[in-house]
Amino acid sequence: MSDVPSHASAVIIGAGIVGNSIVGHLAEKGWTELVLLDKGPLPDPGGSTGHASNFIFPVDHGKEIAHLTLDSQRQYEEMGVQTTTGGLEIARTPERMEELRRRMASARTWGIEAELLTPEEVAELVPFVDTSIVLGAFHTPSVSVVDSLQAGTIMRQRALDAGALTISANTEVLDLETDRGRVTAVVTDRGRIECEYVVVACGVWSPRIAAMAGANIPLTPAVHQMIDVGPIPLLERTRSEIAYPIVRDMDTNMYERQNGGDMEVGSYAHRPILHEPDEIPSIEAAQLSPTQLPFTQDDFDPQMEDALELMPELLDTPGAGIKHAINGLLSLTPDGAPLLGETPEVRGLWSAAAVWIKEGPGVGRVMAEWMTDGVTSIDVHGADIARFTPNQRTNHHVAARANEGFNKTYGIVHPHEQWESDRFVRLAPMHHRTRSLDAVYFEAGGWERPQWYEANADLVGEYGVADRPHEWDRRWWSPIITAEHLAMRDRAAMIDLTAFSIFEVQGAGACEYLDGVTVANMDRPPGRIIYTPVLTPDGGFRSDLTVVRLDWDRYRIITGGADWGRDLKWFTDHLPADGSAHLSDVTSAWTTVGLWGPQARRIASEVTSADVSNEGFPFGTARWAEIDGIRALMVRISYVGDLGWEIHAPVEQGQRLWDVLWEAGRPHGVVAAGGGVYGTTGRLEKGFRLMGAELDGEYDPVEAGLAFPKVKRADFVGKDAYLKARENEPAAVMCSMTVEDHSSASGPDRYPMAGSPLLTTAGERLEDPLGRPCFVTSSGTGPSVGKHLLLGYLPPEQARVGQELLVEYMGERYPVLVGSASRKGLFDPDDARMKA
Amino acid sequence: MRLLVCVKRVPAPGAKITLTPDGSEVDTTHLGFTVSPHEECAVEEAVRLVAAHGGSSTVLTLGPLAAEDQLRNAIAMGIDHGTLLPMEGPEWDARAVAGAIVDAVRVLEEDDGRFDLMLFGNESADAGNHQVAVRVAHALGRPVVDGVKGIEVTDGEVALRRAVADGHTVHHLPLPAVAAVKEGLNLPRYPAMRGRLMAKKATIRHVEPRHREGGLRRLRLRAPEQQRTETTVLGTGAAAAPAVADILEEVGLL
Amino acid sequence: MSTVLVLVEHTDGELARTSRETLTLARNLTEPVEGHLEVAAVGTWSDELRKEAAAFGVTAVHTLEHELLDADAPPAAVAEAVRQLMGVVTPSVVLGAASERGTPSFAHLAARTDLPLAANCTAVETVDDGWELTRLRWGGVLYEDAHLDAEVALLTVAPHQIAAVPATMPGPAELEPFTPELDEALTVARPVAREALSGGISLATAPVVLAGGRGMGSAEAFAVLEELASLLGGAVGCSRVATNAGWRSHNDQVGQTGTRVAPDLYLACGISGATQHWVGCMNAKRIVAVNTDAEAPMVTRAHEAVLGDLHEFLPALLEEVRSRKGG
Repeated sequence: MSDVPSHASAVIIGAGIVGNSIVGHLAEKGWTELVLLDKGPLPDPGGSTGHASNFIFPVDHGKEIAHLTLDSQRQYEEMGVQTTTGGLEIARTPERMEELRRRMASARTWGIEAELLTPEEVAELVPFVDTSIVLGAFHTPSVSVVDSLQAGTIMRQRALDAGALTISANTEVLDLETDRGRVTAVVTDRGRIECEYVVVACGVWSPRIAAMAGANIPLTPAVHQMIDVGPIPLLERTRSEIAYPIVRDMDTNMYERQNGGDMEVGSYAHRPILHEPDEIPSIEAAQLSPTQLPFTQDDFDPQMEDALELMPELLDTPGAGIKHAINGLLSLTPDGAPLLGETPEVRGLWSAAAVWIKEGPGVGRVMAEWMTDGVTSIDVHGADIARFTPNQRTNHHVAARANEGFNKTYGIVHPHEQWESDRFVRLAPMHHRTRSLDAVYFEAGGWERPQWYEANADLVGEYGVADRPHEWDRRWWSPIITAEHLAMRDRAAMIDLTAFSIFEVQGAGACEYLDGVTVANMDRPPGRIIYTPVLTPDGGFRSDLTVVRLDWDRYRIITGGADWGRDLKWFTDHLPADGSAHLSDVTSAWTTVGLWGPQARRIASEVTSADVSNEGFPFGTARWAEIDGIRALMVRISYVGDLGWEIHAPVEQGQRLWDVLWEAGRPHGVVAAGGGVYGTTGRLEKGFRLMGAELDGEYDPVEAGLAFPKVKRADFVGKDAYLKARENEPAAVMCSMTVEDHSSASGPDRYPMAGSPLLTTAGERLEDPLGRPCFVTSSGTGPSVGKHLLLGYLPPEQARVGQELLVEYMGERYPVLVGSASRKGLFDPDDARMKA
Repeated sequence: MRLLVCVKRVPAPGAKITLTPDGSEVDTTHLGFTVSPHEECAVEEAVRLVAAHGGSSTVLTLGPLAAEDQLRNAIAMGIDHGTLLPMEGPEWDARAVAGAIVDAVRVLEEDDGRFDLMLFGNESADAGNHQVAVRVAHALGRPVVDGVKGIEVTDGEVALRRAVADGHTVHHLPLPAVAAVKEGLNLPRYPAMRGRLMAKKATIRHVEPRHREGGLRRLRLRAPEQQRTETTVLGTGAAAAPAVADILEEVGLL
Repeated sequence: MSTVLVLVEHTDGELARTSRETLTLARNLTEPVEGHLEVAAVGTWSDELRKEAAAFGVTAVHTLEHELLDADAPPAAVAEAVRQLMGVVTPSVVLGAASERGTPSFAHLAARTDLPLAANCTAVETVDDGWELTRLRWGGVLYEDAHLDAEVALLTVAPHQIAAVPATMPGPAELEPFTPELDEALTVARPVAREALSGGISLATAPVVLAGGRGMGSAEAFAVLEELASLLGGAVGCSRVATNAGWRSHNDQVGQTGTRVAPDLYLACGISGATQHWVGCMNAKRIVAVNTDAEAPMVTRAHEAVLGDLHEFLPALLEEVRSRKGG
């Protein structure tokens, strides 16, 4: 047994597709003294890579995964380990046909060639499918099969060739040593390796390894069943590994993939079968491999009937039998996305887990970029391991969501679909009040936030709001949202904003510290509200948020509920080493109620003796005020474009605050309004951008229309890139658009959603000069402008008011007009209402 | 003709067999279950014989309720009927097992007629007792041959090829007879998907076995001491050929 | 005074190695109680054999004399003869080697006496209420310690688990022929024909076995192993993967359900070394593994290893062997 090096720059644990890709890319970025460990043998150490089906369907509704997959396909192709086979996603039901039309739009968005096929066309490509049960199929010619083990070998070899890598297989990690929150060494059964970086890329074992350093990687091993059926002469005659397109039988959650003379049949339809990372067998004790567990036949029987129904003759070929059957382990996370980036608990300890074969090399690239430059070329905030709230990191939550999410693998998942399990675990202090108003709750940062109130149903008639005629457009939506919005614009609304993430910064160096991580000037008088982008080192959006200067040495940062973990990590990571500024997370200490609308000032004046006049309490300022015995912070700002305040109160007085405002507001017609108004209708009418939708690391403030007239003197993260961006014409411009005609050829009016591709009036796909696709980043009703609104980036030549475009949605196209090519919203563009 | 195949449910271990902490059993937490390769061949042979000569086949096992899985796998391969002699608790010794099988065969034959040929695996994968087939044959007064790697049935007689170190011996037995077969008898088929679905619905007959003390009782299982040999690497690829030729000379082969 | 009876086998005037091993184990049962160590044997008994038996401490030799008891005697007949002898000798323990002939003979003996039989033992000792023994399970990768409660203990002894050691005090090995009464019906399973293996040297007894596994890649690749085998006077073996892939017949399979081998040299080419295979070759005196993976179990358990591509190594070895044979 050879010993491991005593020192390394980075130790990568896990030699599956992910770990190998990371070492390859790190070496390419100039890293040396890398060590790659695996407790199994090479080239197949026994993890999930070894039993993967290795096929790639590139079309995904989400941008991150689509980009990671496309980049991975490019890398596999370049390594010469990719076979393009084409793939079909088959519909047996009308609902699935509709979903396939939605996939067509996503294919167009990301520029992937695809087509919808009739059953007859399906039969031409895969003659053994019984097309009498098929309604149609989504055909992606670029679907491919890759040799992920060979790809891993090539990636490793690149790092070896660069003289950058030591490989130690059959090496077990016994401990991860840390010192004052930083990882310092990896202890193995072949020796101890001192290092500054450790990357945990060991798939289903990742939680166990990370726990050695006290970090949490929230995933659970889960079973995916597959069988191999053969020999089948029809397939043998092709004399190739794979000659027929891969078939995904979407409505049964199954796939059929030729494997030489056999057909591999896999399933995501069976009951979720979750395992504990500590209970995975060792390599020696496993029958096949640690991640290929004994097949549980009963779970698979119903799927076998489905498969026989789709390919009756082929799978029933005389002499063909089940040659191989496994319960393969893969990693499931609470939200289905990968777990990438530095762990929030331990500096220098990075996670690259819950990654599919289709994303492996792309993840290798972004991990190497992130570790080297602190920024990634593909924005992966949705995969950032820091994204979870503490309750979402518990085993309880992971198991609940993995259980629920498993069968969504091939499911038709509505973009606004809410989880059902492990809900109502973070409740606002006024939860009993909102519940008595029959709130419909959506989850935000783990909190339960009212999206609309059924108690407001009467407003629908009062304001004459029309329902949406198509079920899909209506799902997870209500005309009540529109009515609440109109009531707010008309009278006033109270909005439960408890889900806000709130941090406080204190210390003599607070101003200097914050100035170093924000674009806006933080050296403003106490009482000022400062909106600011937070940039990545290369000038893209890391976050955008508001800061209130409470005192000369004290600031309050208010950011989105879903941004809690990532923003907290970012601000914590940048704290001054000299201790001149401290950061505390006070999210669970403060609740917020929004009060907005023309009547907001009257209501406020009735609950506080503070001066709430425009002169005494101008827009953009914050004041402490006493509200019926509550010491509250009133913040005069608006994300919905109306006069009013965000009112912060201690959590234990939140219900009281709500009651006081409600009592005072009722005579003035106040309504409770939900997140539908706050996050969508009010926001979109004002053209306000949202982190994660309009804003991410791939776009800069100039493109987003959020650059300031002046640049502060202080240095800050991303400043150089920001200065450069300001000098050039933006490659894309964020625009507000309206849908001009909703009528569809198929009948009902349709309301395009986010993700839909934006096209020229000639129907051509739009990309900006940097090759970034143009699509709808947010969409929703604009009740006060009377139009359905879209936000999206457009190339400069299209980013003109009055420009006509098309949006593709569910297989049809709808005319679109650009209404604003700047930060100005379509409603009250001069902000007269909120500054009144 | 009527055939009976006897199988035993055993875990399918990996490169290392893990024991329960008290050493009483193999730790099957992570293991699937199967029958020995010998018994897979016995099942295959029964299916082929029925296809060639008509009649029916029955698969029988003594084991826990979960052993129905092994019976259904055999049915998926083409066996017609399954019989379980249900038992729980520690393994029975070979004498007790043989006694229970003999009882069950008498019951089955009483109801449906004599088994012309009874097939066993030469020995089970786990216990390796090498005696159940012979005990059953003796108790029923039927001739038996072990180590069988070839079966040919002609009118009223079966020709068995027994594998021996330097070839085969051929034995002709009158029916009814018993054979303990070895892997290599045939290449077993894989269960068809359709067969599997049919097997799922098949009725498994239960015949309650009577346990009588066999005389051999397990105290514990243990793994042999691992002798860790230090492997000498002779070289890489073609360059290692002379070193290996030296070893051939050393052991007197060259 | 207790008697231990051993059924021995012999060929060409020599006790089989497995019989010598069995005698060694049996002696451990007799020595502390100064009992008799007696043997039963089928076939012509020579003076050479008597001397060998004496060296192993045998007190008496019962040659089983009956016309049915020839080289083709079916195990049922041998068992019946031993059963009758047991009536005369009244042994407390009867042992034999778990060999090709011994195993079925003891199965029949167990059936005929309705006694329990412990197969593949590696150790046994007398205790107050019977015997405690160790036997092999799972083809030899596990030991079972068991308690045997019986009027007479029947045991077979696993081959090559104990070294055969002559006794410190030779025994008289007095010849006491025994003629059993055997029914014609016992001959029903007698072989009617015998077919020798084509290809000469048998896998089980070859001095060198050249085995190939998954790494061979094709049936054709075995040609070079065939040629080496014929040059060296050895046999070609294979793993279960090679059998299942259709590259080799099952007769060539080394392993738990194939053939167990114990050659002077075992060359394992492209075989990873799963348990199923390992138990078939672990008794080889010397194992050389050829594999691309330095961490494959076959490599780590072998005495010597050649790393790298076997398709490069094997032709080079063939060339080397040819030139040394020529020179």
